[in-house]
Amino acid sequence: MEYEVVIGLEVHVQVRTKSKIFTSVGVGFGQDPNTLTDPVVLGFPGALPVINKEAVEKSIKVGMLLGSTIPEVTKWDRKNYFYPDSPKNYQISQFDQPICEGGKIEIELTGPSRNVMGEHMLIELTRAHLEEDVGKLNHFDSDSLVDYNRAGTPLLEIVTEPVLHTPDEAFAYLNALRNLMIYGDISDCDMEKGQMRCDANISIRPEGQEELGVKVEIKNMNSISGVKNGLAYEIQRQTQTVKAGGAIHQETRGWDAAKSVTYHMRFKEESHDYRYYPDPDLMPVRIDDAWRSRVEATIPERPFERQRRYYEEYNLPFTITSVLIPDPELCDFFEKAAKGCPKPQQAANWLVNNLLGELGNAGMSLSESKISPAHLAELVSLIEEGAISKNIAKEQVFGTMFETGEMPAAIVEAKGLKQSNDTGELEGFCQDVIDANPGPVAEIQGGNEKAINFLKGQVMKASRGKANPALVDKMLKELIDKKA
Amino acid sequence: MSNDLHYKTLTELQALLSGGELSSVDLTQALITRKEAVDPQVRAFNSLNKEGALAQAEASDKRRAAGESLGQLDGIPVGLKDVISVKDRPLTCSSKMLENFVSPYDSTVSQKLKDAGAVLFGRLNMDEFAMGSSTENSAFNTTFNPWDLERVAGGSSGGSAAAVSAGSVPVSLGSDTGGSIRQPASFCGVVGMKPTYGRVSRFGLVAYASSLDQIGPFGRSIEDIATVLQIISGHDPKDSTSIEEEVPNYPGALESQKGPWKLGVPKEYFGEGLDSEVKASIQKAIDWYSDQGCEIHEISMPNMDLAVAVYYIIATAEASSNLARFDGVRYTHRSKDVENAIDLYFKSRAEGFGEEVKRRIILGTYVLSSGYYDAYYLRAQKVRTLIRQDFMKAYETVDALLTPTSPFVSFKAGEKNEDPLQMYLSDIYTISANLAGIPGISLPCGQNSQGLPVGLQILGKPFGESGLLAIANGYEQAHDHSNQHPTL
Repeated sequence: MEYEVVIGLEVHVQVRTKSKIFTSVGVGFGQDPNTLTDPVVLGFPGALPVINKEAVEKSIKVGMLLGSTIPEVTKWDRKNYFYPDSPKNYQISQFDQPICEGGKIEIELTGPSRNVMGEHMLIELTRAHLEEDVGKLNHFDSDSLVDYNRAGTPLLEIVTEPVLHTPDEAFAYLNALRNLMIYGDISDCDMEKGQMRCDANISIRPEGQEELGVKVEIKNMNSISGVKNGLAYEIQRQTQTVKAGGAIHQETRGWDAAKSVTYHMRFKEESHDYRYYPDPDLMPVRIDDAWRSRVEATIPERPFERQRRYYEEYNLPFTITSVLIPDPELCDFFEKAAKGCPKPQQAANWLVNNLLGELGNAGMSLSESKISPAHLAELVSLIEEGAISKNIAKEQVFGTMFETGEMPAAIVEAKGLKQSNDTGELEGFCQDVIDANPGPVAEIQGGNEKAINFLKGQVMKASRGKANPALVDKMLKELIDKKA
Repeated sequence: MSNDLHYKTLTELQALLSGGELSSVDLTQALITRKEAVDPQVRAFNSLNKEGALAQAEASDKRRAAGESLGQLDGIPVGLKDVISVKDRPLTCSSKMLENFVSPYDSTVSQKLKDAGAVLFGRLNMDEFAMGSSTENSAFNTTFNPWDLERVAGGSSGGSAAAVSAGSVPVSLGSDTGGSIRQPASFCGVVGMKPTYGRVSRFGLVAYASSLDQIGPFGRSIEDIATVLQIISGHDPKDSTSIEEEVPNYPGALESQKGPWKLGVPKEYFGEGLDSEVKASIQKAIDWYSDQGCEIHEISMPNMDLAVAVYYIIATAEASSNLARFDGVRYTHRSKDVENAIDLYFKSRAEGFGEEVKRRIILGTYVLSSGYYDAYYLRAQKVRTLIRQDFMKAYETVDALLTPTSPFVSFKAGEKNEDPLQMYLSDIYTISANLAGIPGISLPCGQNSQGLPVGLQILGKPFGESGLLAIANGYEQAHDHSNQHPTL
């Protein structure tokens, strides 16, 4: 029997704000333990939370990016459970009136090869709610210590419907979500820093069966690939178990990346009754039309919208857009270059194939680059105008430009690299080469057109590279024809 | 200075201070002496930082000498219930759980009192975490009633009421969740006021039931209450439930707001269980208002009989999560000899909390549990709305309501603490105001045949503190009840 896999993902995204969700203490990562705290963060007696407007606003923005329904009123609830990473032993979260209801995320599956775009699909979301992050436990031999620096960081929990069916879809979903959050200036979604965390619910059922199978929750998948690998392992485990006549238990399992296995953490019966109820310390928040419009105005183009536009507007191929689209900074660079450029596609090629490589070799970031969009635009213009050849640009201009930041026209001028379009001088070079190479000329006359490349090379050499290759090609053919 | 300072009102003391006849240091020293004389019997105080109080008094005197007095409270000792945070001072909530806790920050009211130049004078005893009606639930001491040392001061702000009644401090702050200011004020023969919910910031008030808790003043006159309320009121950006409503001039309203008033007498407050002598005193007060030309309307609050039940669902539900943070992990009592984290929770909480606190945590946990939430908590919230509507409907015809504060006068220590239900009924007339969020005041309206004080409760409209104070002030000015003091 074949089995169908059903996956739902719960992703926690830390919303980047200046201060914590319920107090003015700043947020951060890597500071000395318990320095980003105050009586509110530590849940001291008498301390009260006040909602951070920026966190709410960014959550509204997320909802708009996801096409969610933003309710008129959203409120906060207490989720009660005891754990030492939770300073109050309840987490302020949202139960029945989350800030985002429904929504969809467009994803792109991995294509058949690196150069070919995969299928796009829409993943339906259940909701997204805003809550406070908890602290971090550090376990030692005989005791454990708590660092509350992370506690109170605004956290959006984004939940999908159970509509994913493969580890690849989950992988694509997380990449798409991360790109969207980066575009929206919501979060960098660096999973290593805990800015994005993912739990998965997964079950299998015989193909064709309506009813969902027994659900297993998987935690501790600390990277996007980890999610893919964890799910792949779990599908295999569940399928083998069922095929061997065993039963799947409703449980929470952890992903052990080092051993590449999931392991049992706890059964459902041990799970909590969270006793949710409205937090009496916080007033519900009304999201009026004026506020919505203000946020709406800040919604950027979404990643796949941009991908489609680049194709339609600039005819950029997938090999290029797959590099540009995940990085808005790169896209902005490209678009600036495209503006002053007769062939934007060429600018994109220079950016992706040359500049990124050089930066990579030098261990530099784009913002450290001495080459600006204007450099690339001018370089492409010079080539298109026929002032220099692509080769000259690559061999003699680009490197200097990268190192010094001089404009390409100035480099061409200083180095005397301007391509020769003087037909008289060129005709002399061509005639000399034809006269000196009767063998290849005969071959061409005999129908081997490729032999012209040798002659072209000789002419370029004679002109010290400055001859316009297209012109050389045309002139050689004319002269050989005449000779015949 | 002579001993007679200790029963002067804040207003009288301020006049002496500003007239140069008295220094804040002398006043503070006199009250320290008084406290040391009477408190061994009354036990209103959990702690008193004498050096700190005298240093604040000295600073006040310097300000005054430099012509920079900060106003009506400058140099006046004010006692605080031990549930209101003061930076670097103990904050015990009369619980073993916080016996050694020192707060690292100021509550908003403490900051406001400091800014007004008040001398923060000691930490006042209470029922543990404000849960109780007699201060017998304090983990440290029972506070006794200055009028009869065998009787209780009431609760939960028993220390705040008894300290004012005993002359240890002219004014104090308490907190009122179901009557915890008004009932002890009534038992101890002083004035106590619960302002409208949202009038005074709760930031720094250790939460018992967040949607019901409100800080308010105790004093020996309506005018003193108005003076303190003026200082502590106002919107606080640190408390989302405090309301952006302008603070009127409360002392000024005592004179400017004049009757005759339309006053409501809800019949449900005069039924079974009301002590006949208390009833007679309240009736006399109602008759007085009538004689002044006030219209007296008999009205009905049909949902009043549900108030106690609703209160014990909502308050305990909120308490069960508010008190979850006291767990042995960070700053509370921590049990020795624990096996693991769960054991640490169980033992620390078992040792740190008293019986009544545990009872309410268990009750609150139960009513919020899956499968019971709708039947209890959600339903209680709906009834709460009905109770509020009863009040709003009444206020369409009347300006305020006149009722007894408590069905009985102070009872003997030990008399009711074996029967929680009996104890809960002592708040039967005060609880509704918290559920409705309206302001209420209790002021002395005579004594029973045993010489024990009776309190008249006046309930007002939301943010109608000015009118409430003016109505109470009229009665106080025409009577001598507030000038009666216990013999200690």
